[in-house]
Amino acid sequence: MEQQTDVVVRTVNIVKQYGEGEALVRALSGISCEIYAGEYLSIMGPSGSGKSTFFNMIGGLDKPNEGSVFVNSVDIAQLTPRELAFLRCHTIGYIFQTFNLITVRTALENVTLPMLFAGVQPDDAEEKGMKLLDTVGLGHRYHHRPTELSGGQQQRVAIARALANSPAIILADEPTGNLDLKTGQEIIDLLKMLQSEHGVTIISATHDHKMLDVSDRIFHIRDGQLAEIETKADLVTASAAGK
Amino acid sequence: MTEQTGRAQFKNQDPPLWVAWHQALASIRVRFFRQLITSSGIALGIAFFVSMQMLRMAESTVAKDEARLTWLIGTSLIMCLVGVTNSMLMSVTERFREIGTIKCLGASDSFIVRVFFIEAALLGFFGSTLGSLLGIVLSIIVCRVSGLNPPYAAALSSLGLGIGMGIAMTVISAIAPAIQAAKMPAAAALRMDI
Repeated sequence: MEQQTDVVVRTVNIVKQYGEGEALVRALSGISCEIYAGEYLSIMGPSGSGKSTFFNMIGGLDKPNEGSVFVNSVDIAQLTPRELAFLRCHTIGYIFQTFNLITVRTALENVTLPMLFAGVQPDDAEEKGMKLLDTVGLGHRYHHRPTELSGGQQQRVAIARALANSPAIILADEPTGNLDLKTGQEIIDLLKMLQSEHGVTIISATHDHKMLDVSDRIFHIRDGQLAEIETKADLVTASAAGK
Repeated sequence: MTEQTGRAQFKNQDPPLWVAWHQALASIRVRFFRQLITSSGIALGIAFFVSMQMLRMAESTVAKDEARLTWLIGTSLIMCLVGVTNSMLMSVTERFREIGTIKCLGASDSFIVRVFFIEAALLGFFGSTLGSLLGIVLSIIVCRVSGLNPPYAAALSSLGLGIGMGIAMTVISAIAPAIQAAKMPAAAALRMDI
């Protein structure tokens, strides 16, 4: 995996603080890291470790107080709100623990919405939307509303939606957190397939050990710092030593 | 610098208006009952306004005190405005996740503002049409009962005035909620609490 030298996200010494004076909380105290194109990265950390804050930073959902975050060599702190919206639309695909589909829209409409934001013609958007739904194995249910789909199916639609504008990064926040073991495994397999066959970069925050098994690298966040970076090689040797 | 070239590709672009239109229609459909209540608030305010307008037109007018009537109508419209603003603000806080998600998908702030205004204008249109008709019918009944000659000629202009007033009022009351929605951080989509 050492050939993956293209850096898609780079953070330089990012610091994030909340509150002021006595109530000041330092969520992140200087994290520098590089995330490579095409890798499957998991971010781990106990709650309150700054994991979510870090995750929001690299996803362009929040800006650091100090330091900078580069997504595809663009410093997101420099962007206007409109440019940030553009970046989210084109460069980042989001998957949520709670699926977050737009409940009144059909599966297909959910997938086409980001493409319409990107200025794609409606016909082209529908065509690509159907293709994406086929990829996640839900082509036959395109006209169903999210409420008519199971949790696993909803997450599949969400994955198709995240892929809509062929983003450089897919950001997944505990994607298996609300699913049972079996459907969770299916979602993990799907994400892994997308990464290995389509070269999508996947960054996920997770507690799920099955998710860690398929990761190329794991970032451990503790007390607002990047405590440890585990690579797949480490994991293999660790499990071998365990046996 | 690569940072510079990266910036240059960003264009000012919003989806066509029908995307916002569909989103607004969908939002009304999913919260139909709540929107019905908001809408009936507008309807009642406008019904009062229109019926007063009609009675004023009636021969040997009931309300001789013009100033008092104006005050009454003004107060009722302001109460209506406050009520509609309140229920719209509530619907914004209720929809934090939906708004956050749409922002994550790449919606600009102006898109979200537009959805809210379209939604408000639609609600205003339905509510005030209903209210104007109600007001006209009631005022005609009142005229008949009290032996006055109902001002049929004024009905059409009252209807137009009522609808125009209703739409204007809901759009004004949507300003604060729309700004609040546009300021909602995209990270709200990740929040767990409801």
